[in-house]
Amino acid sequence: MSLRSPLGRVLGAGSAKEGVHHWCMQRLTSLALVPLTIWFVVSLLSLPSFEHVTVISWMAQTWTALLLILFILVATWHSQLGVRVVVEDYVHGGAKTLTLVLITFIHALVAAAGVFAVLKVAFGSAS
Amino acid sequence: MTVYRMFRYTLFTSFANRLTGLAMSIGLLVLVYWLMAVASSTAAYARAIAILSLPILKLGYAGLLFAFSYHVVAGIRHLVWDTGRGMERHQSQRSAWIVGTVSVLITIAFIYWAFCPGAHQS
Repeated sequence: MSLRSPLGRVLGAGSAKEGVHHWCMQRLTSLALVPLTIWFVVSLLSLPSFEHVTVISWMAQTWTALLLILFILVATWHSQLGVRVVVEDYVHGGAKTLTLVLITFIHALVAAAGVFAVLKVAFGSAS
Repeated sequence: MTVYRMFRYTLFTSFANRLTGLAMSIGLLVLVYWLMAVASSTAAYARAIAILSLPILKLGYAGLLFAFSYHVVAGIRHLVWDTGRGMERHQSQRSAWIVGTVSVLITIAFIYWAFCPGAHQS
């Protein structure tokens, strides 16, 4: 039997109030991804070839670079939110924390690498 | 089990939404690998393209096109649900069939566009 009062036991054990934010961002990013992904898939399939010169001249266009960066950022963000929920549902204990940290790091790396690559091409530093 | 059997359409579509989402998270890794190769050098790009154009990966790209089509259509279904509409069981069963059919049709169109000679030059 605990000597702590019922109030003392529940204080601080409740919602971290992050859930609503997570839910909102998942919807917001999904909404943004509808046009972004359709643009991405269609323009990728419209490329006349996947030769290096062709891809570079496509990526170096102002709007392509801008939309690609937006797409990479929003997609990795949405992916992080989604994978996080899957991990939270199926992985338990210490492995859960470790997996979540890894998932977050990988997504940050993917986002940074993607944006860096597009900027490098867009600013003409890729040969 | 009976409870799950009653809601098997929604159970299956929800699970499929997760699987297709995870597939595209892996697709993002491939995409960024490709982007990094583009940004590196012509030689590095040639090496990456040699790996990325392995015949077995074509199956993966077709899978990604399906995952994309399904996830977008199913995602729109979720956004409609968020407005409080279409939550009745007969409605969600019907929309599950619509999502499946529409996503398969879009996938077929994409695969034709991506892989069929003549439809696309590469």
